Amino acid sequence: MVEATGSSPNTAPATGGAVRRLMRATEVDTRLLGMVGALAILWIGFHIMSDGLFLTPRNLWNLSVQTSSVAIMATGMVLVIVARHIDLSVGSLMAFVGMIMGTVQVNLLPQLVGFDFPLTWVITLLIGMALGAAIGAFQGYIIAYLGIPAFIVTLGGLLVWRGAAWWVASGQTIAPLDSTFRIVGGAPNTSIGATASWIVAALACVGIVLGILGGRRQRRKFNFPLRPIWAEIVLGAIGIAAVLGGVGIANSYGWPKGLVRQYAQANNIPEPDFIATGIAVPVLIALVVAIVMTFLSTRTRFGRYVFAIGGNPEAAELGGIATRWVTLKIFVLMGILVTISASIQTARLNAATNALGTLQELYVIAAAVIGGASFAGGIGTVPGAILGALVMQSLQSGMVLMGIDAPLQNIVIGSVLVLAVGLDTLYRRQSD
Amino acid sequence: MADQQSPLVEMRNISVAFGGVHAVEDVTINLFPGEVVGLVGGNGAGKSTLMKVLSGAYSRDAGKILIDGKEVTIENPRDAKALGIETIYQTLALADNVDAAANVFLGRELLTRWNTLDDVAMEAAARQVIGRLNPSFKNFKTPVHSLSGGQRQAVAIGRAIHFNARVLIMDEPTAALGPAETAQVTDLVKKLSDEGIGIFLISHELRDVFDLSDRISVMKNSRLVGTVFKKDVDEDDVLGMIIGGKHPGVPEALTSGAALATEAAATA
Ligand SMILES: Nc1ncnc2c1ncn2[C@@H]1O[C@H](COP(=O)(O)OP(=O)(O)O)[C@@H](O)[C@H]1O
Ligand SMILES: [Mg+2]
Repeated sequence: MVEATGSSPNTAPATGGAVRRLMRATEVDTRLLGMVGALAILWIGFHIMSDGLFLTPRNLWNLSVQTSSVAIMATGMVLVIVARHIDLSVGSLMAFVGMIMGTVQVNLLPQLVGFDFPLTWVITLLIGMALGAAIGAFQGYIIAYLGIPAFIVTLGGLLVWRGAAWWVASGQTIAPLDSTFRIVGGAPNTSIGATASWIVAALACVGIVLGILGGRRQRRKFNFPLRPIWAEIVLGAIGIAAVLGGVGIANSYGWPKGLVRQYAQANNIPEPDFIATGIAVPVLIALVVAIVMTFLSTRTRFGRYVFAIGGNPEAAELGGIATRWVTLKIFVLMGILVTISASIQTARLNAATNALGTLQELYVIAAAVIGGASFAGGIGTVPGAILGALVMQSLQSGMVLMGIDAPLQNIVIGSVLVLAVGLDTLYRRQSD
Repeated sequence: MADQQSPLVEMRNISVAFGGVHAVEDVTINLFPGEVVGLVGGNGAGKSTLMKVLSGAYSRDAGKILIDGKEVTIENPRDAKALGIETIYQTLALADNVDAAANVFLGRELLTRWNTLDDVAMEAAARQVIGRLNPSFKNFKTPVHSLSGGQRQAVAIGRAIHFNARVLIMDEPTAALGPAETAQVTDLVKKLSDEGIGIFLISHELRDVFDLSDRISVMKNSRLVGTVFKKDVDEDDVLGMIIGGKHPGVPEALTSGAALATEAAATA
């Protein structure tokens, strides 16, 4: 309801053909649909231009893992931008939180409780979350209660936390990390495997069906018009097909040969031909974050207030919303999401470095903006931000597959960012 | 209501300054249950600022506010709403990017038993309260920025009356409305004051003010010129107060608390 939908009930219904009718009946966000279309074109284009390397289980699996960290932060950044703020500190904050979590699990906890303590990863994550939340609250407090613009506060944060990350270990890299903690990084042999992936898929499908049924029941209770049954079925079928297709691809990607051999030797079994990888742990985390953040932003008071503040900060305050408190909470949330991404990236590298997350703030902001967040405030969606992250990562890995140099990659990504926002602005101007 | 001694609202010696600008200086006004007090004055006289102090949007530099004879602290709009003071702002103050129901319930959302937003229930309630003002209102699913002036006004009014207000502040509520919609608002004011709600009505339309008010308070250059009973004056008297700042010499309708209470009860 808070998302800007392209079609409104009072526009002339006679014009437009079957597609329009389908979109009206299903009430889908036309903007989001446009992004899915753009992504499809991008993927097919890369597939052709890379001689069939792009749309392979291996590449798509890697793409999903590489996207997860930026996507997780983008779900928070979209709320920051919706509320008319910005957070430039996320890349540096990642490094600082990552260094602290590295120190805790490598230097601090082994001294206190010894190596191979089974709860090391839990304690590390809890300390990281608390730190991320506290730093978010600190920056949010300065922004919300002292009235210093977020741009300035988080620009300061960008410098401060990068410097602090260096101080944690005087610039040294902390490695190797706790073996359990490393699972969140997402290697093929620590992914959840075929069976668990199908269970996740089944749960998601049940969730889709229950969501549709619940929505209908609620509307019937108040005698509101229902969507046509066929539209519900189309929507549900598309959702279920997407879930099953995604999981099918993840399951058709097998462990690399080296890992299979190691595994066979370690377990003293003959080398199997194929071990299905399934959904990677960071992707699973990103999916959970996506669901939680979508829920927060569309189904809770907090989310409603974030959008109301972005639409008209003065009206929100006059309407009785504690706008400063809400603003502070947005930055706390951002800090927690940064910690999750920091965990994924350090675990993936199997090291904490003070250079972690360099320039990530720009990718995160770009993902949110490509996903439809507007700096004018009040507009943006969590699914859009995730799609935005996927577009950015697709561009990057597609160009890598095509053998395009890094400088040219940057030029392309920068141009796409401006182009995407430009097109969106034109589209909005027209549909208003 | 005849035994009502203390006013519902009393604003005593209120002053507000913005930097060097004295927007309101030493103004005292009051309001009884079921009474409509018209607040009039030229542009920039300080009417909106005075009312925004009562609704918690501005903080005062001096003076106090009493509700039911007891001093209260109103530091933000939440405090005012908690005391049953609802406001229809001159600018409407709507959250433009969310729909009508979200605006009606802004800050006071209905929740399901899972503590999630109950959008369907809110839409149902919004349909009722807005339908009372504007039966042809249909666009419950669109962000309010795409609505017409009259429809936006209906949303703002709906928000103010849905929560059983005791005090209603209406700052130029008919400015954006056509004749039919204005008539609906006029009816609504009468109905609400019959229900015992006290209403401060700011309007440029002296005709509406005379039609609806029991008393009229006039401001000029951030000060109160005076408060008069409607029955004691005609439009020319009030125009003289607004433009010339001169009191028509009829009995002052603010000072005699007990007499006022009887008066309010009689006219209600
Ligand atoms: N937020 C504000 N900041 C600075 N000056 C203000 C503000 N609000 C009102 N004023 C000033 O206070 C005076 C009274 O304004 P206002 O209360 O809006 O008058 P009215 O509603 O009677 O037209 C004007 O001079 C106006 O410019
Ligand atoms: Mg005014």
